[in-house]
Amino acid sequence: MESQEATTKLLRNVQSIMEAPLPRGYLKYTGRMLLRFVLTAQGLGAFALITLGVAVTKFNVAANVMRPMIRAEVRRAGLRLLPVVLFIGSALGFVILGQTVALLQKFGASEYIGKVMVTVVVRELGPLAAALLVLGRVGTATVIELGTSRAHGEVEALEALGIDPIHFLVIPRMIGMAVGIFSLTIYLILTAVLSGYVFAFIQDVPILPADYFRQLAGALIWEDFALLALKTLGFGVVISIVSCYQGLAQPLRLEEVSFATTRAVLHSVVACVLLDAMFIVVYLVM
Amino acid sequence: MNTTIQSRREVLVELDDVTVKAPPLDGAMPVVGVNWKIARGDWWVIGGPAWSGKSDLLATAAGLVPPDDGAFFLGGRNVQIIEEDDLLQARLKVGLVFENGGRLFHHLSVAENVALPLSYHRNLTVADAAVETAAVLELTGLTRMAESVPSRIGRPWRQRVGLARALGLKPEVLLLDNPLGGLDWRQAVWWIEFLAALAAGHPFLGGQPLTLAVTTDDFRPWKSQGRQFAVLKENRWQALGGREGLDPVREPALRELLAAG
Repeated sequence: MESQEATTKLLRNVQSIMEAPLPRGYLKYTGRMLLRFVLTAQGLGAFALITLGVAVTKFNVAANVMRPMIRAEVRRAGLRLLPVVLFIGSALGFVILGQTVALLQKFGASEYIGKVMVTVVVRELGPLAAALLVLGRVGTATVIELGTSRAHGEVEALEALGIDPIHFLVIPRMIGMAVGIFSLTIYLILTAVLSGYVFAFIQDVPILPADYFRQLAGALIWEDFALLALKTLGFGVVISIVSCYQGLAQPLRLEEVSFATTRAVLHSVVACVLLDAMFIVVYLVM
Repeated sequence: MNTTIQSRREVLVELDDVTVKAPPLDGAMPVVGVNWKIARGDWWVIGGPAWSGKSDLLATAAGLVPPDDGAFFLGGRNVQIIEEDDLLQARLKVGLVFENGGRLFHHLSVAENVALPLSYHRNLTVADAAVETAAVLELTGLTRMAESVPSRIGRPWRQRVGLARALGLKPEVLLLDNPLGGLDWRQAVWWIEFLAALAAGHPFLGGQPLTLAVTTDDFRPWKSQGRQFAVLKENRWQALGGREGLDPVREPALRELLAAG
């Protein structure tokens, strides 16, 4: 009981510090920013753990209701974005090959374009571009939908009906975004690789299709496939958790939804870059 | 006498010296000292002016918000020590109709709103739940607007959808937060007569009398139907007993809630 009171008092103190005007002085300002970062990370971590717990414990609950919702979310975060992903993939292929072919030809090393494609597109740009696209198109919409629902009291209505809001609102979106980013990344990479070769062909780069694809195959190792799957699914989970956390996890007024949306974009980008950085460490070790 | 009768009946919801949590955003005061037993067959009417904590009290009684202090029992079991699955089953026996348009899911149609709890808890597809959904819509006079979304229908009808949604699961206790708020007299009469039919044992509920608790800022429409009365006065719970307790001379706090318009 005493420890509970102490925790409540501590939380109240932290809250009053966070609500106070920004302090003057770099050190205090940095301290405030660090505290805010820690509190956000703590909230997000707790929300992620709760969500994963619900995903496991309610795995097959109300399957006839949840499955159509999951399919709808996969369609929304995957299939509907396919045309724009194909466009971005083609553009990425042209741009990267356009830059690297010109550079590599100077050194007479144009046979390395396959290696460049794998390193740049498969490992880095492909997953990140797909993730940012899903964040922009679906993540932001998620914060607005959930934030508005929260502000209208629909979340309490779900609880009153015995429906777990995390299960009903978050799990379909998490699966949708994870599967969506994973699938879109594959299409984006394939389009970029093909359009890259088309560009090389137009530029008269002396490389046969068979050689190009052999280079690609040679540059790829089996870990690339596993890490690509992990990374894209991770991006999906991160973006959905951050978006749903900003929309759901705190009482919102309608006028606060726009702030929550911009916050979600910022936090998602930071979280994705941090996750990406963790994967770079893995690639360096490999 | 009243207490003796009540103690013989099964107590479905009990708040024992509870302090009701106030919402953090609005600076509202918590309601303290709530000793409330809802027994099978009761029809409670709880009055109080605006911002007296009526909605928070119902949210606590429905198990949505844990009390700040005191003990809370659902179906005779303390919710603090009950297993999660048992708590869910106990909570499903208590329906809650929110005030001010019923807090419907705005992206779903009226029929989908009503069907959602049915299909979720029984793992039914939309088609499987259609017959039961149609029966609830028919009962509440909503069949014509089944395919409309909530934003296309008027507030009194949205409130009715909230009622239909709560009734779908056939609860044992129905808590209604200011159900007559903002309704014209025709709608208000429908609500009172419909609730009276439910309390008397409606065929839809297998003839079992439904236990009711409503909040209000005006006791007058409920005087003839309510069986137990209470008032929230200066953020304190005060039970008034039966209809004879609604005496503005004996209890000055009731003057405003019983005043002729």
